[in-house]
Amino acid sequence: MTVFTSKLKKIAIPAIVALVSTGIFAGAAQAAWSPKKPVEFIIMAGTGGGADQIARLLQGLIEKKGLSPRPFIPINKPGGSGGEALRYLKDKAGDDHVVMVTLNSFYTTPIIQKGLGVDPTTFTPIGRMALDTFLLWVNSDQKGITDLDSYVKAVKSAGKNWKVGGTGSGQEDSILTAMMEKEFGYEVTYIPFPGGGTVAKNLIGKHIDSTVNNPAEQNEFYRAGKSKPLVQFTGERMAAYPDIPTAKELGVDIEYYMQRSINGPPGMSKEAQEWYINLFKTLYESEEWQKFCVDDGLDCTEWVAGDDLRAFHAEQITRHTDLINSVGAAAITGE
Amino acid sequence: MGETLGLLAGGLAQAFEPINFTMIIIGCVLGLLVGAMPGLGSVNGVAILLPITFLVPPTAAIIFLAAIYYGAMYGGAISSITLGIPGASTAVATVFDGRPLAQAGKADKALTAAAMASFIGGTISVVLFTLFAPPLAEFALKFGPAEEFALMVLAFATFIGLGGDDIPKTIFSILIGLVLATIGLDIISGQPRLIFFDVSGFLHGINFLVLAIGIYGIGEMLWTLEQTKGEVTVHNVKLSMKEIIKDIKDVKEYIGTTTLGSVLGYFVGTLPAAGATPASLMSYGLAKTFSKQPETFGKGNVSGVAAPEAANNAASTGSMLPMITLGIPGSPTTAILLGGMIIWGLRPGPLLFTEHPEFVWGLIGSLYVANLATLIINLMFIPVFVKILTLPFTILAPTIYILCVVGGYAPTQTMHDVWLMFLFGVVGYLLRKLNYPVAPAVLAIVLGPLAERSLRQSLLSSQGDPMIFLERPISLICILIAVALVLVPVFQKMKRKRKAEQSGQES
Amino acid sequence: MTVRTAEFVMAIVLSLCSIALMIKSAELNIGWIEGRGPGSGAWPFWLATGMLICCLWTLLRWFRRVTPESRNTNLYMSHQTMVIVGTSAGAILFLLAATHWIGLYASLVFFLLFYLKYVGRHTWVLTIALTIGIPVFIFCLFEWALKIPLPKAITEPLFYPIYDLMYS
Repeated sequence: MTVFTSKLKKIAIPAIVALVSTGIFAGAAQAAWSPKKPVEFIIMAGTGGGADQIARLLQGLIEKKGLSPRPFIPINKPGGSGGEALRYLKDKAGDDHVVMVTLNSFYTTPIIQKGLGVDPTTFTPIGRMALDTFLLWVNSDQKGITDLDSYVKAVKSAGKNWKVGGTGSGQEDSILTAMMEKEFGYEVTYIPFPGGGTVAKNLIGKHIDSTVNNPAEQNEFYRAGKSKPLVQFTGERMAAYPDIPTAKELGVDIEYYMQRSINGPPGMSKEAQEWYINLFKTLYESEEWQKFCVDDGLDCTEWVAGDDLRAFHAEQITRHTDLINSVGAAAITGE
Repeated sequence: MGETLGLLAGGLAQAFEPINFTMIIIGCVLGLLVGAMPGLGSVNGVAILLPITFLVPPTAAIIFLAAIYYGAMYGGAISSITLGIPGASTAVATVFDGRPLAQAGKADKALTAAAMASFIGGTISVVLFTLFAPPLAEFALKFGPAEEFALMVLAFATFIGLGGDDIPKTIFSILIGLVLATIGLDIISGQPRLIFFDVSGFLHGINFLVLAIGIYGIGEMLWTLEQTKGEVTVHNVKLSMKEIIKDIKDVKEYIGTTTLGSVLGYFVGTLPAAGATPASLMSYGLAKTFSKQPETFGKGNVSGVAAPEAANNAASTGSMLPMITLGIPGSPTTAILLGGMIIWGLRPGPLLFTEHPEFVWGLIGSLYVANLATLIINLMFIPVFVKILTLPFTILAPTIYILCVVGGYAPTQTMHDVWLMFLFGVVGYLLRKLNYPVAPAVLAIVLGPLAERSLRQSLLSSQGDPMIFLERPISLICILIAVALVLVPVFQKMKRKRKAEQSGQES
Repeated sequence: MTVRTAEFVMAIVLSLCSIALMIKSAELNIGWIEGRGPGSGAWPFWLATGMLICCLWTLLRWFRRVTPESRNTNLYMSHQTMVIVGTSAGAILFLLAATHWIGLYASLVFFLLFYLKYVGRHTWVLTIALTIGIPVFIFCLFEWALKIPLPKAITEPLFYPIYDLMYS
């Protein structure tokens, strides 16, 4: 019986909501928005990557917890370092049924690809789900390298023969690599691979000498004793790596995160934005999400949503513009 | 050794637990149907059903996904053979001989060969997986960019001779495929390339499926219409249980190529960057090179169906290896499986084998059971699939066009790709009328990105010195085999010529 | 147009395409960067150059009448072929264009009606059964089972009641 009534409710409520929001009570329909059709969940990266995993986990949680009357449908648009996804979202202006999971290419791609014509601050900010962290890794067989000083010495003596792997020119790790080159005054050879997993494999197989990877991508090799972190680029030491110093502790001013946030297209209605903020806040606070953050070395200590997130984006864009200008776009693309 | 077998037995027992077994059967049927639709493949099935698997225990869930994966691999061959459209890049090579067989009214023979070869491929690869997983994982690590490039050279060498007799047109076809593959983002420099008229749809590049469905779906259909003046004859297929049993017994015709293809497929599949597509192409190329009647390939040789199917199934098991031991997906589907494992709290990596043996062996055991289940389900469905070919052409043609349109739309969900697909179909048809071979372009668009990327990565790491490919042992071996493969047909031709001359002198 | 002429025209058109690709690739670095290998435009540029050479080669063979196509003086497209192939290509063209405007499902109905009734001359019963059946099948498979929304354009609101049923 109870099952039946709850089912009835499930039918009735969205139907009423749909009526309301289609404009019969347009004036009074302040907070009563909910999706009328399946929501496109755009991922600005390919299948299997960090952003993709997050989107699919969130989609699964939405379904499992019955948080949305319509399903979220993940769509990967990895083209042009996220350029295609950004352009797509821009063209969807005013659409209440599209949201996107971002990474830092949300900031860097519009800066590097001048012709794209996308301003990320115009998008509707929803919520920041996590900050991803970076560490510097080398193969454990590099016995001579035990800390940052010995690393810098080794790189300097190898010069251009030192190969750093990464996920692509213009991606977060290439910016970090360029920052380190500038800081320590050396030059390395940067080799892009498709995806952090492939980078990790090439480090273990000794096809590259070092890499700047997220913890999630290296953790298993670290546990197996195949790779070792030298320094973390966070403000404070992470719980998972209590013995690894941060760059700041060593007097090197490099701190860098990758944000994982949810954003809507420009001009999304206020009601829809509010609905999505509530939805993702529920997910953020869920046990499953917090556990995922701890396991994956993500920083999920502060929920930032709406206008606060817009301010955060603006600040990050300024920072990335400065970073890219200071290292030079050429240092990142290599041409 | 004995320990491994014990673990595998445990895994097999797990697969027969009621919930897991149900999952296998449902997964196989779903996978088969999704795989049989052009444009849809295991990626779609696995991705869409991932959230559903949150409702069951992780082992049952991964078994379900693995069954879909396997089912879809079989299903890809069905659309290649009956409709002539490769449903996934792994099934391209199956079209070459599967389509001519179906047109000759021997669809049942082709479908049975595909099913049997897939089963043999799956079996051999599971055995290899059980015996050699850890050492192979070590070997896979040795594959850096230079080795990958050498492997691509080897792959290109194996399908020399797949083109037509017109050399400049064949080379043109390969080159245009390679150029189309460069559209989109260049990951080495991070710059967008060849974005014509600034259309954002080009940013994601040209999906292989867009070209394959355009050429084989729309282009082939227009070609058939022209050839038959619209009066397409219905393929007469008489099909009884006896016929199918006879078809199954024909397995001895292609058992040799199948075994070779399976072993090759498994090894190529274990290499993180490669996956099932190059494996199936190489297997086809090798089957043709070493066949006693290479001229019958492409015109309906059963070995030409069996070889790639064995390899792609073996490779799909093989690609589980880097995923499980290294956490690197060998294909987009394994990428999603990997995502699923992470969500369930299973961390793929070098420690998974020792920390969660019940999971790993449960997966392998269920792969094997899924393989058997799919074979049986597939054989039962063959009469149904063959019936498709007996439909009147005026019903079959619009249905195929519609499947092409939705299949072209589904992977990226943009109309841009559907328009491109239509364009490729019409241009492909016009070119084909002038004897331009189209298959090389389709192959090139699949392998092109891998080849270019690994070439440039290698040159970056050697600072521009091309000797890197000859200095590294594995890459040197691959290149030497490639050279040998190019020389074998030339040598055979010379030998045949000399023989012909000799017999000419004698007579 | 004879096959011989078509061979010539096609080779010229493909040469022009190759040149266009070369020009487009040349916007990027097509040279060899010291210590880094080829630039980002090099691969497409030199491959496109190869395409051009192949086209010129085909043209040369055309002049020398080496290929069977260059000796063939039959019509490239007979009138009958033009009608048969044109009808199909035109129908797909309409299907795609209409999808932008009235969505895929509505366009499918018109496409099937045309193909089954006008081209196929099937009975009304069969025509209507398939005209309704195929879009319904596609809808169930894509929207419901696979969760891949197909384009609906202005017909989107018509689907809201169906979503209510589907997801409740």
